[in-house]
Amino acid sequence: MKERCAVTADNTLSGFSIVDIRQLRKRYGTNEVLKGVDLDVKRGEVIAIIGKSGSGKSTLLRCINGLEEFQEGTLHVDGQPLKHDDAKSMRELRQHVGMIFQGFNLFPHLSVGRNVMLAPSLVKKAAPETNDATARKLLARVGLAEKFDAWPDQLSGGQQQRVAIARALAMQPSVMLCDEITSALDPELVGEVLKVVESLAEEGMTLLMVTHEMNFARKVADRVVFMHAGRIHEIGPPEQIFGSPQTPELQQFLATLH
Amino acid sequence: MVDFSVWQILWNLLLAARWTVVLSLIAFVGGSLVGLALLTARLRRWPGVATAVATYVQVFQGTPLLIQLFIAYFGLGLFGINVSAWVAAGVALTLYASAYLTEIWRGCVDAIPRGQWEAADSLALSFGEKLRHVVAPQALRIAVAPTVGFLVQVIKGTALASIIGFIELTKTGGMITNATFRPFTVYACVALMYFALCWPISAWSKRLERKMRRDR
Repeated sequence: MKERCAVTADNTLSGFSIVDIRQLRKRYGTNEVLKGVDLDVKRGEVIAIIGKSGSGKSTLLRCINGLEEFQEGTLHVDGQPLKHDDAKSMRELRQHVGMIFQGFNLFPHLSVGRNVMLAPSLVKKAAPETNDATARKLLARVGLAEKFDAWPDQLSGGQQQRVAIARALAMQPSVMLCDEITSALDPELVGEVLKVVESLAEEGMTLLMVTHEMNFARKVADRVVFMHAGRIHEIGPPEQIFGSPQTPELQQFLATLH
Repeated sequence: MVDFSVWQILWNLLLAARWTVVLSLIAFVGGSLVGLALLTARLRRWPGVATAVATYVQVFQGTPLLIQLFIAYFGLGLFGINVSAWVAAGVALTLYASAYLTEIWRGCVDAIPRGQWEAADSLALSFGEKLRHVVAPQALRIAVAPTVGFLVQVIKGTALASIIGFIELTKTGGMITNATFRPFTVYACVALMYFALCWPISAWSKRLERKMRRDR
């Protein structure tokens, strides 16, 4: 991980950016929650987004797969512009962007296996046999091979979140968005989920994660984004953000964590 | 006065009950189709649709079914459209049922957490796929009890169609009463028939709910 930091910290270096956000502005009525955000994410990069609640970090993440609409600016994923009013292009874009939620959001009426297989069978028209095999492989990868026929409500929070990760991976996304994915978990279950996320990072998955797990961000992220009042206030490699924060806002934010 | 035995009364009411059943089916099937279409249009968030549907629902929920039947029967006649009691009752009850059903089902869909829609969205499911594979199966389970409750209301509501001359259970009861002068016996039988129609449906709904809980 750390070798890549040196390269990615300087994003003027060559490399095709997989997520390209320019001057993004998002308003709820007259309340502007994103006030011109620029962010350029390289393929394989791991970005941790930190900041106080209400700083706009979740909103920024949710803009990337179109769960939130923005009013100004541009957003490209894999070179394709995000267009809210074009259902076909949104569908195409979302196949490249996986998302994992704080509240897991598994489909309670489907077994674990069918949760993982639903989208590939509908969207990618995957053949039942290969779909089944892929789902079992992905569940094995998150350590839940034996839960294929279980129901979501029979699983612990940590297990549900790992199923959600397998479900997102089944669409073979190029980018994975993680929205405070351990915040709803009991402390003893956080580790098992973070371990899976870390393995994704090691395999080169592009990750953008909003997180409160500063140790995890420090360990896994290539760059850390500190959001404050709807803007990217500070950005840099974790050593710099956590080791020598430049602005009083970041210093204060980090101080409140201890 | 004509002499009818209780068996004859029951037999004649039973024949008339067929039309109550048919009218209920028309109202329920028609109402479901229109209600579903309205619900889908609303969920698509097409501009203006939400307000239009809400107004439609308010109109049919805010006026008595009896008046709706009168307007369908006599009102259309004013425009030179000659409608039979069948058509008037079928149309009025369909519209009435659609207004209630679309509102009942909207409530059931609203009860599905937003996270379910968002998860389906982020998995690139289309609107139809979201509805069919994620939202509908969950909403259906919640919808059974209120939907069946309303179906029973519709069956009893068809009695009002007797006012515009539609010959169903209640109307037939009135006619037999006029011939036999035994209103208590006749209307007791009528009530029994309605009960015999409605009770099994409610019982079935309870069983269905239990079964769905078991099957997920």
